[in-house]
Amino acid sequence: MGQFTPIHTEGHINQALAGVLGQILDKGIASAVLVPCQQPHRRAVMQTLVRDTAALGAIDPFAPVVPTNSARLVAALTHNNDAPVAAVLRSCEVRAFLELVKLHQGSTDNLLLIGTDCFGRFESRDYLSLAARHEDITTRFLLSVVSGAGGSDLGADLAKACRMCEHPVADQVDIRICAIGADPSEDLWLEWVSDKGKQTQETLGLAAQDKGPTGRDAAVSKLCEERIAVRDAELAAIREKTGDVAGLSDIVAACINCYNCRVACPVCYCKECVFVTDTFRHDGEQYLRWASTRGRLKMPTDTTFYHLTRMLHMSTLCVGCGQCSSACPNDIPVMELFRSVADRTQARFAYVPGRSLGEKQPLAVFHAEEFDDVTGQVK
Amino acid sequence: MNDQQFEPNIVAFLCNWCTFTAADLAGTSRLVYPANVKIIRMMCSGMVDPKFVLKSFLEGADGVFIGGCWPGDCHYINGNMKARRRVALMHEVLGRFGIEQDRLWLRWVAASEGNAFADTIKAMTGRLKELGPCHVSREAVA
Repeated sequence: MGQFTPIHTEGHINQALAGVLGQILDKGIASAVLVPCQQPHRRAVMQTLVRDTAALGAIDPFAPVVPTNSARLVAALTHNNDAPVAAVLRSCEVRAFLELVKLHQGSTDNLLLIGTDCFGRFESRDYLSLAARHEDITTRFLLSVVSGAGGSDLGADLAKACRMCEHPVADQVDIRICAIGADPSEDLWLEWVSDKGKQTQETLGLAAQDKGPTGRDAAVSKLCEERIAVRDAELAAIREKTGDVAGLSDIVAACINCYNCRVACPVCYCKECVFVTDTFRHDGEQYLRWASTRGRLKMPTDTTFYHLTRMLHMSTLCVGCGQCSSACPNDIPVMELFRSVADRTQARFAYVPGRSLGEKQPLAVFHAEEFDDVTGQVK
Repeated sequence: MNDQQFEPNIVAFLCNWCTFTAADLAGTSRLVYPANVKIIRMMCSGMVDPKFVLKSFLEGADGVFIGGCWPGDCHYINGNMKARRRVALMHEVLGRFGIEQDRLWLRWVAASEGNAFADTIKAMTGRLKELGPCHVSREAVA
């Protein structure tokens, strides 16, 4: 658990948070902060690396949009960089980042992880159109959440991945910005989670108390229960549609092998995916041979093969962020598909991605005696 | 295809040092085992890329067999243990899409176990005859 510090927002969440982040910069706790900021030209909100406290005026970490999973960005910032960095991330981004750390793609050494509670995001396209119509979409969204409507009354649905995400609270972080169970128009709560977090609290000279927002645990449980119900329904639906390979082929029938899903996926970190190498650059003659044995050959080829391979390669690390579905130009339910596979593969290895940095990934470790049921042979 | 005489197609990835040698021994011993199996020699069961298994099923194999050394005897120390975890993973992913676990076998067969190799292939062929052809039809896979 940890100690809590309430931050009075008086209706201005971003200003209040900017104050805290500014202190983190001024007191040298971090040389730079990665935080979602309003962009100058359009109403887009993107992760921005801020060094100048004046630039903190544009922060908007509770804007209900996550254009890309920031895990890869944080991995890049912590690679070949000794300067301390703070990053404001949501739960799925933290979990994916921890998996990347296990894959030696990033480091937590000089990093202050600040996790925000997440009520969900709109798809980028929907967010941009809402932001174009309303002056302060973040405030409207938070009001909607506090009123119990959960953001569903603003003119667009939240991304399905979020509606079925069982992790609204970022777990393995140094500092947590708690909004669930609180009224953000009144106050937000900082929770000092790790030792690094507690050190930050001391350096900032902020008083802390034992109790957090009242009703937080109940609010978190309720949110999780609602999302678990959606999750179970969605997974049952996708399993129904894709119980066999023909069903799978059917659901990816519109796939054009653009690999956006792979690019958007925070844990697909290969610099050169095998599917863009010569292995899959077939000779014209090969296509004709395949077409001849089958009668006809959908082009481009190897679509089902690609999705099945990606499931084998990363389903044990899938954090359910849904960026894959968001990135698909043809609305293929990639997230639902992969979560339905991840459900099985993660259970097989009793593995939860992002649960702990100390837990090795299922295919990164093996023991002399284990999984006897695979061969059925015991010496 | 005549169901009465369904002959399963088995693609077998055998490790050079143990199972492939056992298959060779079965041959020199003139042991008879089903010709349903198509053998591909690998240096180690740990070099069997899951994509080979996937591709086999997508191209019409009814079963895939991976043969390796007993744990502790791997020529490359621990390739077989890696294979074991990979097969556990594959069972889940293939199983999710209706390819029964019993169609992908990983078995340890030592170089001296020619008899065991023949028996294992007989057993797998028999089992696949019970299960019937793998539902994956080349034509339906895009």
